Amino acid sequence: MSSQNYEILLSGTGGQGLILAGQILAEAVIRDGKNAVQTQSYGPEARGGASRAEVIISDGEIDYPLVTKPNVLLAMSKPALQKFIGMLGENSILMVDSTYIDEIPATTARIYQIPCSKIAREIGKEMVANVVALGALAAATGVVTKDSLIEALMSRIPRGTEALNQKALDMGWNSASQPAA
Amino acid sequence: MTDIIPFARLMQGNEAIAEGALAAGARFFAGYPITPSTEIAEILAKKLPLVGGKFIQMEDELSSMAAVIGASLTGSKSMTATSGPGFSLKQENLGFAVLTEVPCVVVNVQRFGASTGIPTATAQGDIMQARWGTHGDHPMIALCPSSVQESFTLTIQAFNLSERFRTPVILLSEEITGHSRERVILPDPSKIEIINRKKPAAGIEKYLPYKPDADGIPPMANFGEGYRYHVTGLTHDQSGSPTTDAEKASFLTNRLHDKIMDHLDEITMTESFMTEDADVIVIAYGAVARAAKGAVRKARDMGIKAGLFRPITIWPFPAKETASMCAQAGSIIVPELNLGQLIGEVEKVAGKENRIIGINRVTGGMIRPDEILDAIKSEVRVKKHAK
Repeated sequence: MSSQNYEILLSGTGGQGLILAGQILAEAVIRDGKNAVQTQSYGPEARGGASRAEVIISDGEIDYPLVTKPNVLLAMSKPALQKFIGMLGENSILMVDSTYIDEIPATTARIYQIPCSKIAREIGKEMVANVVALGALAAATGVVTKDSLIEALMSRIPRGTEALNQKALDMGWNSASQPAA
Repeated sequence: MTDIIPFARLMQGNEAIAEGALAAGARFFAGYPITPSTEIAEILAKKLPLVGGKFIQMEDELSSMAAVIGASLTGSKSMTATSGPGFSLKQENLGFAVLTEVPCVVVNVQRFGASTGIPTATAQGDIMQARWGTHGDHPMIALCPSSVQESFTLTIQAFNLSERFRTPVILLSEEITGHSRERVILPDPSKIEIINRKKPAAGIEKYLPYKPDADGIPPMANFGEGYRYHVTGLTHDQSGSPTTDAEKASFLTNRLHDKIMDHLDEITMTESFMTEDADVIVIAYGAVARAAKGAVRKARDMGIKAGLFRPITIWPFPAKETASMCAQAGSIIVPELNLGQLIGEVEKVAGKENRIIGINRVTGGMIRPDEILDAIKSEVRVKKHAK
């Protein structure tokens, strides 16, 4: 019989690094010995436009590779939040980048408001906002071990950016230790 | 290379095709990049030179296909990768490769729509084009992976079949599988079965390039090894010279057909999941089969006897196996990301009492498991009313 899937939807704007974040997360899950599928949806443009990555985690075989009812939604832009919040079911987690999102529609989800982009800017580069979000998401959900996440992160970033990325991951991880609301 | 321990890793579907090609012994790639197949060219551009192979980005798809044929005639296992618009352009030379019996692999990572469509959206719109895209009576082998792992194994299989039967083989992937990343375990390279083309036993003087062995397949000499022969798209005799002789034309056309159809046991691959006692069977291929499998599992959880039959070899269509599915189940559901292409093949072999229902989606998105489950449930209702 089908084993329970854990579904994560990472959404925002093209250029925010959501697809890379999804890849890192999926790789970390596999390093933990579980199964994962990562898919993506994006437009023809390199920056701007809607972008999303989906990660499904399971102990068994994963049939359908797309998210149908996310356990976790990360929204890094207002349009992404509007578009996907309705998909969240019971006992889900909503994480928003509060740098860009100040209003959250009514939801039963547990909410984390993390200023990912602001934190990233403060430690050096807004480009690592995805890594801040990834750290926060991992801490909030417990879906991966921090060790695997760091290993996966280090294997997929440009050389010379290790310290910045490690810091971004730690800041994110610490920011989500307790729900903000 | 034998001490490599297989390990689980995250891999993209297109990457798995490139790795599969290298594992199969591919040493030549010519192509013209196109979304959503570009990663295959990108990876092979980097990796082929490292194993003594060649990568050429040609000026267009027509010349890419021509270069692949030329390279294969010299003995290199050759491939190209493209998507719908480029696949259209390759059809003429694809037919040339069929008639001249040049082994090669053509990957089509299908994208949405006729013409240039939606480059980043998924579809299964090229099923019939794979079969009949090039003109004239001709055989065709096409394989449909539904996961990243299978993208790897079927690429190897595509090369093996092309070498075994001296014919182009099409690997029909889809945007969603090409761009998905998932857990794969690559086998130990020493454990992978590799098939190479049959070389001529007779001396150079006696070589007839199109004289078949008993299995219908002529041994193939590589250019550059001293053999001189004529390779033409014109109907030819056993020496390779053009002919208009009725008997010879008929012999060639039938032989090309028979060399594939007489060996279906080596070519046909299918998956049956919970079909043994099924009243409703979903026939699905590629990525859609994964949605169908999810639906079948849910239906079973609800006590409904549903099953999945998945053609992995899509051409030649597994007619015999499909017919036995139709004999088993009253209702057959065929979900496809097109307006109904493979369903026609199912209808050809179905019995009069079968109900054949298509689920067709042309949005650039997927068919969800619950949509297929709904169709399964409504078939169960139809049956109850009938009783």
